[in-house]
Amino acid sequence: MERRVLANKLYDDAESALAGLAKDGITVMAGGFGLCGIPEKLIEALRDSGAKDLTCISNNAGVDDFGLGLLLQTRQIRKMISSYVGENKEFERQYLGGELELEFNPQGTLAERCRAGGAGIPGFYTKTGVGTLVAEGKEHKEFDGETYIMETGLTADIALVKAWKADPAGNLIYRKTARNFNPVMATAGKVTIAEVEELVGPGELDPDCIQTPGIFVQRLIVGKNYEKRIEQRTVSAAAGAEV
Amino acid sequence: MSWTRDQMAERAAKELQDGFYVNLGIGMPTLVANYIGEDIDVTLQSENGMLGMGPFPTEDNVDADLINAGKQTITELKRTSYFSSADSFAMIRGGHIDLSILGAMEVAENGDIANWMIPGKMVKGMGGAMDLVAGVKKIIVLMDHTNKAGESKFLKECSLPLTGTNVVDMVVTDLGVFQRPDHDSPFRLIELAPGVDVEEVKAKTEARFEVAL
Repeated sequence: MERRVLANKLYDDAESALAGLAKDGITVMAGGFGLCGIPEKLIEALRDSGAKDLTCISNNAGVDDFGLGLLLQTRQIRKMISSYVGENKEFERQYLGGELELEFNPQGTLAERCRAGGAGIPGFYTKTGVGTLVAEGKEHKEFDGETYIMETGLTADIALVKAWKADPAGNLIYRKTARNFNPVMATAGKVTIAEVEELVGPGELDPDCIQTPGIFVQRLIVGKNYEKRIEQRTVSAAAGAEV
Repeated sequence: MSWTRDQMAERAAKELQDGFYVNLGIGMPTLVANYIGEDIDVTLQSENGMLGMGPFPTEDNVDADLINAGKQTITELKRTSYFSSADSFAMIRGGHIDLSILGAMEVAENGDIANWMIPGKMVKGMGGAMDLVAGVKKIIVLMDHTNKAGESKFLKECSLPLTGTNVVDMVVTDLGVFQRPDHDSPFRLIELAPGVDVEEVKAKTEARFEVAL
């Protein structure tokens, strides 16, 4: 007979899952692409914690009133590391006013920096950004006659990720394109907190289909009433029109 | 006469070949999907983590968990797979994508491209553009030939901060098509839009190019 899961990763809500972790000056990774697959409950709880001077690593910065935009409204973010921040007016205002530090990373470089950080790889070489502003100040190295730049791995004090389903061991599966940065960032948090739509019993997730093994997840909450806001609602009158 | 945006997209779509994996940039390049020939099989990649992108959903089928890189709601196909951002850019950076069609603010005669930043204006970020131009096997730029002031966007040298150096293989504008066989060769004007002649293209182009009509 299998032992039951003893280590309890499950917390009552986002607030209790952040207890003891949401401190001033920490580095926070947040999964999601646009507003798709963002850890919306944990971001709200981080706002309510009042923790400030945060460095946030996230592909985007939310919109004015949702996602990481909530932490910008309250001026809790000191620095953003992102690839694209075009949908947020408050972001623009704070950045142009010199109140917010910003580091742009190419999207693939950002993903690989998180992957490397989580995998214990402090640096790697990529051809992305060679000959551009991104390459300035970085080590250049030739491999087989082609030039690459060195990028560093990223880790975070806490990684906030959103998944579809979890089991009590913290094994996660994601749904459709809501996966994006979430499994990558889950590996790179010193403490990773996952919020999920549904908690299932032990053995109910097919072990062959688990996308984030539970070792990467330290804390777990089940979110309620997901808003899952849509940025560009594009529809076709009848099925069959190409994108 | 010159090509409309849809005609430009239709022309670019002729570069798609059977079996290709293709990434289409945001904006005008997304129109290319409307002109994929029925006799070829093309799989569209979306860098937020999807291979095998389907059409826009009907109102009943909208799913907040299913979007493309332009954050538009879309649908899946029977061939569709989903993956993480790290895997997505392994496909892109690793040279597994056959073709990417992108918009641009400027292209230079040496194949440099600038499409992410105008100094002095709010910078939104490069997103996946730098990874695409660095890693995808073939890069086609789809852009208006001139800017709003009527100045050439195909230049001797880019004036804006670059997205990549010596990466562009083909430029499709409203006036015609420029192509080069490899990254050491100059661009050649290989096709003109209806009613456009070489003199007009020369007058409106700063970049040096050969004529091979």
